[in-house]
Amino acid sequence: MRIALILAVATATAAALPIPGWAQAKAAARKPPPPAAAPKAEEKDAATLEFEKFRAEMEDSNPAELFEAKGEELWKARRGPRNVSLAESCDLGLGVGVVKGAYVQTPRHYPDAGAVMDAERRIVWCMVEKQGFNFDDIAKRPFASDTHTPDITSLVTYVAAQSKNMKLAVPLDDPKVREAYEIGKEIAAYRAGPYDFSCNTCHGADGKRIRMQALPNISTPQGALRGVQGWPGYRMTGGVMLTHQWRMGDCFRQQRFPQPKYASDAVAYLLTYLIGTANGLEYKGPGIKR
Amino acid sequence: MHPKNLALAACAALPFLAATQPAQADADRRAVAMAVIKKDFEPRGQAGLDRLAEDGLQTLCNRTGNNPPAYVAQRLEADQMAGIRYPSDGKLLGDWKQGEQIAQSGRGFTWTDNPGLPVGGNCYNCHQIAPKEQSFGTVGPSLYQFGKLRGNGPDIQKYVYGKIFNAKAFNLCSEMPRFGHVGALNEQQIRHLVALLLDPESPVNK
Repeated sequence: MRIALILAVATATAAALPIPGWAQAKAAARKPPPPAAAPKAEEKDAATLEFEKFRAEMEDSNPAELFEAKGEELWKARRGPRNVSLAESCDLGLGVGVVKGAYVQTPRHYPDAGAVMDAERRIVWCMVEKQGFNFDDIAKRPFASDTHTPDITSLVTYVAAQSKNMKLAVPLDDPKVREAYEIGKEIAAYRAGPYDFSCNTCHGADGKRIRMQALPNISTPQGALRGVQGWPGYRMTGGVMLTHQWRMGDCFRQQRFPQPKYASDAVAYLLTYLIGTANGLEYKGPGIKR
Repeated sequence: MHPKNLALAACAALPFLAATQPAQADADRRAVAMAVIKKDFEPRGQAGLDRLAEDGLQTLCNRTGNNPPAYVAQRLEADQMAGIRYPSDGKLLGDWKQGEQIAQSGRGFTWTDNPGLPVGGNCYNCHQIAPKEQSFGTVGPSLYQFGKLRGNGPDIQKYVYGKIFNAKAFNLCSEMPRFGHVGALNEQQIRHLVALLLDPESPVNK
């Protein structure tokens, strides 16, 4: 079966590329003895090139499709204590049940919730308010591990895939969304913690790297797009499907901050800033990450 | 507290910055952002909520876009400088081989790190250092041939030790962490890093 083959290839490649990214780059650097001259900062290491080649090959048969298919089932199934489907109850902003193009138009302000929400937060809101699920149950283990992929992850992947090859269009002309964008921008600039890091320490200037990992400058449209593209993504490290919310949390982890609460204002505002900055650029749908 | 009151409190705490205060809308948003940060984070592992609070230096850098007026920056840099503790025996040059290992390690202080284990220097994350390590970051400047270009006398040893101990004593809103100041690296570890950059036998200077 095609999907089984995809997984086999993905697993084999993941095994061939030791992880995480930094270690990967190190392993590649060990192989050929370096020339006496200092290497150029722009050069991509072998592991990066290999991965990019693999990603290009996988573009039309991404393991994320598995989760997309599961998410579609979940979206249409009557579930939860109230036994209703999201398809017949959840308004992602374009009307009840409309998923086409909804992902690229989030975060947005939802008057019924009185809050600015990214797609994941909105779906959680629908699961709680429409289907009757308990928020704390969802928030207890919100992200995938090697043994478990939460329903919300599959749902987000499905919804994101319905915006494939569409332009990002966060409604920044809505004053409430604009305000969220500005607050998100402040959060990105906030330095604290033992290392005095903010988001912008790594993602506020062009042409920077951590080890061999290129750092997108999220204050520019193209840089912000790099922070959006490929999420939700199938991550080779551990072979798990992870969402954009997860990625924001992992940035805070590396920033040495405590953990942002799941489906919170802080993450929604940060995503409003990040995705809003990339407005007008094309989103390619769920992707593959190292 | 109402966001406006928070903003006012911030202004009151920094009256000498009145001339450089950005538009009021920005101050309001910053206050809201801080309130959001305060309510929307939770402790995990070793990363407690105390990490969200700004110290004086972070407050100033956050409020001035990392570009404080020189007269304030100089005063606070002097404060940071005064806090640098040099080894009592005056020996600043350790073992460059151990320094290389410390420079390689990026572990420590995240919520997934075991707080009982030693913290790494994170140096290669941001700097080019020894030439054989090609996986280096570019957030900070290249340190390749650092000692070869600058010598390795007492003054430069003291500078390098101090810079690693507290980079903010030399450049208030530097992106480099204050490794000694926050207790991430101890005296011995910093000595080894000084040797990595300055020892003529270190590959950095070959």
